[in-house]
Amino acid sequence: MASVRSDENIELMTYSEVVDVSGYVGNFKVKIRKNPRYVDEDKCTGCGVCQEKCPFKADNEFDAGMGQRKAIYTPFPQAVPNVPVIDRDVCAYFLKGKCQACEKFCEANAIDFEQTEKFVEVDVGSIIITTGFDSFDPSVIAPYGYGRYDNVYSGLQFERMSNASGPTDGKLQLKDGSQPKSVAILHCVGSRDINYHEYCSRVCCMYSLKFSHIIGEKIPDAEIYQLYIDLRCFGKGYEEFYNRIQEEGVNFVRGRAAEVTDLAETADEEGKLIVLCEDTLIGRQRRIPVDMVVLSTGLEPRADAGETAKMFSLSRSADGFFLEKHPKLDPVATMTDGVFIAGCCQGPKDIPDTVAQASAAAARVLSMISKGKVEIEAAISVVDEEICSGCKTCLDLCPYGAITFDEEKSVAFINEALCKGCGTCVAACPSGAIIGKHFTTEQILAQIEGVLV
Amino acid sequence: MNFEPKIVGFFCNWCSYAGADLAGTSRKKYAPNVRIIRVMCSGRVNESLILKAFAAGADGVLVCGCHPGDCHYLKGNLSARRRVAGLKPLLEAVGIGNDRLRLEWISASEGPKVPETVKSFTSEIKQLGPSPLNGRHNGS
Ligand code: FES
Repeated sequence: MASVRSDENIELMTYSEVVDVSGYVGNFKVKIRKNPRYVDEDKCTGCGVCQEKCPFKADNEFDAGMGQRKAIYTPFPQAVPNVPVIDRDVCAYFLKGKCQACEKFCEANAIDFEQTEKFVEVDVGSIIITTGFDSFDPSVIAPYGYGRYDNVYSGLQFERMSNASGPTDGKLQLKDGSQPKSVAILHCVGSRDINYHEYCSRVCCMYSLKFSHIIGEKIPDAEIYQLYIDLRCFGKGYEEFYNRIQEEGVNFVRGRAAEVTDLAETADEEGKLIVLCEDTLIGRQRRIPVDMVVLSTGLEPRADAGETAKMFSLSRSADGFFLEKHPKLDPVATMTDGVFIAGCCQGPKDIPDTVAQASAAAARVLSMISKGKVEIEAAISVVDEEICSGCKTCLDLCPYGAITFDEEKSVAFINEALCKGCGTCVAACPSGAIIGKHFTTEQILAQIEGVLV
Repeated sequence: MNFEPKIVGFFCNWCSYAGADLAGTSRKKYAPNVRIIRVMCSGRVNESLILKAFAAGADGVLVCGCHPGDCHYLKGNLSARRRVAGLKPLLEAVGIGNDRLRLEWISASEGPKVPETVKSFTSEIKQLGPSPLNGRHNGS
């Protein structure tokens, strides 16, 4: 990220949103809203005093709600740029008009409560969409007790807890601060389940294995259980990693967990969370008492994927992720020329696959730039001026405003660069004066004749 | 004689044609009765193409486009919807019958919907019998 920011050919716009896109390949106009962060990016030195002095707190989104952050904050330590933002919903100045502690302590005078949102418009030739994914919210699967039991964590929460800069400074601990002696990791939470997402999220098996390795490192005598349907260790070196985890003494139980409960039936279940499952390898129901449960939550399309798809005229596949042009032959392009997709917005994938797809998208864009010219659709429409009666029927129909009226000649005129060749005007022209190249009326009629013999 | 209807399908390049492609790549079978003609958008289909298909001996015409709001060209499918709706009373009046013309929205991801639609429309046309304009089957 830092090297992207320092590259002179890249303008990084953080805390900004695309609000409108128009134009076509080679000639897009993109309108971007720059949200006010209430801190002057040019003046701020990133010293962090404001965050120390700010008296107001909120749940830390980056730590999956486990820790706290201030009302003025940088989302995470390595954030680029290292400039904080003020959360209007928490900041006392915005709520009640007083405090301004950050302003008082800021030596650089960077705090600016008067900032407003700004709109910028940029001309671009192509667009790469990499909007990523949302993490599945496990609280909708009520039997797993996420949100109900203190010691049921989502995958992301466990990841933050095990991180040295996380809310517990890397200490694995239960809600009461004690160390867990046994942990169950439940696979496929929200994935491979027709009630939630039918697809496999592709990353959970491997991060679950990584979790057990981390637990083994931090708490060597912990009992670790992995409850899986299948282990999909498909990538380079993944199977080897699985073998290594098996050697580390993790208990692998084949069977999707049915329920997590705190209703003890025996004395040694007392005070524990009990994971109920069917172990399909021994063909028996099991009750596994543990201190901590980690849910390997899956990946899902971002909540706003529908709006994004509309804005960039993308299609979405049945699972809600953006649809590539061709599943095998063109997995980075989309149906809209000049718009490419990479990463989890196209479907769940791990880091190597994301990097590969992103590089491919970048290469496609670069090859267009180095050519300097784009080939536009050959299948466009033209008006036969001899036949056009000047009725103007086509004018309103064109979705792209490609048709104008030549008052002098009293005929319609189609702009070749704007026309995308949908043929709506061809079909509507009462005098048959518009020719849809590659799909002329004669061609289609001949096809009709042909298919009916 | 077993009646095998001939149906002309106008499929939009971006959704239904891609959906049919997907049905193909996922090895789904469907009845050979629908013969697909690719158009860039269902908005390209007008009354004259549909009538021509009937005149040339089609027993049914299936127009498939993107779901409303999903048209690759924003609103071509709305034109198609208007035209199909306007043409149906005419088909009824001239004795062809409005059931022989059907409009369906199939998106590129709805591979399974293509065989389903083809199957249900084919069996519907089978029930209706040959088109009155179709000389091949009624011996005239
Ligand atoms: S592009 Fe499919 S109906 Fe218009």
